[in-house]
Amino acid sequence: MLLLFGVTLRALPRIFRYRRNLAEQLFEIGNASLFMACVLSLFIGGVLALQAGPLLTQRGLGSMLGGLVGASLAKELGPVMMSILIAGRIGSAMAAELGSMRVYQEIDALRTLNIDPVEYLVLPRVVAISLALPCLLVFSLLIGSAGGAFVAALNPEVAVSATAFFNSLKATLEPRDIIHGLIKTFLFAVTVGVVCCNQGLDTLGGPRGIGRSVTKAVVNSIVFILVLDYIITRMLLPFTKNSMAGGF
Amino acid sequence: MTASKSLESGVAIRVRQLRKSFGSQVVLDGIDLDIQPGEIFVLMGPSGSGKSVLLRHLIGLETSDSGEILLNDTRIEDEGIRDRFRLAMVFQSGGLLNSLTVGENVGLYLSEHRLKSALEIERIVQEKLALVHLGPKDSLKYPSELSGGMKKRVAIARALVMEPQVVLYDEPTSELDPLVAVTVGREIVRANAVTHATTLVVTHDRDLAFGIANRIAFLSEGRIVAVGTPEAIRASQDPLVRRFLSADFTRD
Repeated sequence: MLLLFGVTLRALPRIFRYRRNLAEQLFEIGNASLFMACVLSLFIGGVLALQAGPLLTQRGLGSMLGGLVGASLAKELGPVMMSILIAGRIGSAMAAELGSMRVYQEIDALRTLNIDPVEYLVLPRVVAISLALPCLLVFSLLIGSAGGAFVAALNPEVAVSATAFFNSLKATLEPRDIIHGLIKTFLFAVTVGVVCCNQGLDTLGGPRGIGRSVTKAVVNSIVFILVLDYIITRMLLPFTKNSMAGGF
Repeated sequence: MTASKSLESGVAIRVRQLRKSFGSQVVLDGIDLDIQPGEIFVLMGPSGSGKSVLLRHLIGLETSDSGEILLNDTRIEDEGIRDRFRLAMVFQSGGLLNSLTVGENVGLYLSEHRLKSALEIERIVQEKLALVHLGPKDSLKYPSELSGGMKKRVAIARALVMEPQVVLYDEPTSELDPLVAVTVGREIVRANAVTHATTLVVTHDRDLAFGIANRIAFLSEGRIVAVGTPEAIRASQDPLVRRFLSADFTRD
């Protein structure tokens, strides 16, 4: 997997040659995941407001709810949940497609045409997922905040107006929090892309082999996302811890 | 392609003491072969005899445990071998990219290597498709819309686009009815006549082998047991060859 990452990284300057494949992959990712990302973000924001809202309101901190929901979405839940969604929806499709190409000799055919399968197949996929996932995070942050504001305003136990919710969000959330989330998301995206493509290229056997590769691709991606999440959070903590303290 | 260029096209292939094992299973057990430039050489033998594995070695998709393969005295493992020789392969399944149309598949080599303009690629694609009796309408279809025979013919057209010096065919008539198999056999002979490329065909189809070959090698359990012209192979007294050639279905 590290070898595939290295080869993909080395091929990166030639991505312009594969702009058509890149555009196709970007369209696939957007088309397949935008609606799901919207639903997921709406409910994550909603459930955060539902869980934290009454607790904060009881302690007279209801006006902080927007900041809590926004920071949670930007720095933790957004990156992790969007990456897991993409691993399940796009990573699995990548592993299945490449696995099928391996099994049905399409990858061997590319090699005989003197076309590097990593450049032709892996590079556009990894770059596309790395560009698309951070965009999805921004989208998720907007929709998730709207979901949180909606629940906060309508739930009588929370009773925080949308204006108060967004004022708190604006006061708490700093650009560096969003950058924190974007860095995480980008690294998760590269991981999901490389893990899933690697599993696809390593597929052996027939349809059962493809199924095994898809399962391994998704499970390994999720494990990597959660392990990396801790490591990246730990590394980025010194740069972001003041924002939370300032907001609360 | 000009006639003079065509006649220069073929490449001599020499295989020396090639060995390959997968785990404890010996698949190729000291293969020695000399294939002449431009000839149609058929590797025949029962299933599991190592024919396809040998073919994959010849195009660099597998690496041997020992021994060597030489293309005009250049080792197949040498750096830049694909820049020096144009090697093409027609896979058993066709190996067409399902996400591309027939035309895109056939022109893939030229478009990815930026060898011609889009207009020129289109012209060459249609020319090569016509050689295998496929028309402009077929070039817009996707591989999933093609029959098995058509897929093989598209794969042959894709190989011809490279103006190859060596063309390898892996079981070109498997899964085809006898009529389509004959058509594919004719396409192989025609392609060889056009390109003069050294042509190596792996098959267990006896009719195809004797119909198209200049020479045949019989492979069994990873070893070459007989090499010669079709007549010589027919007359071979080797028990394995005799058994393979005389196998017939009769009801008790």
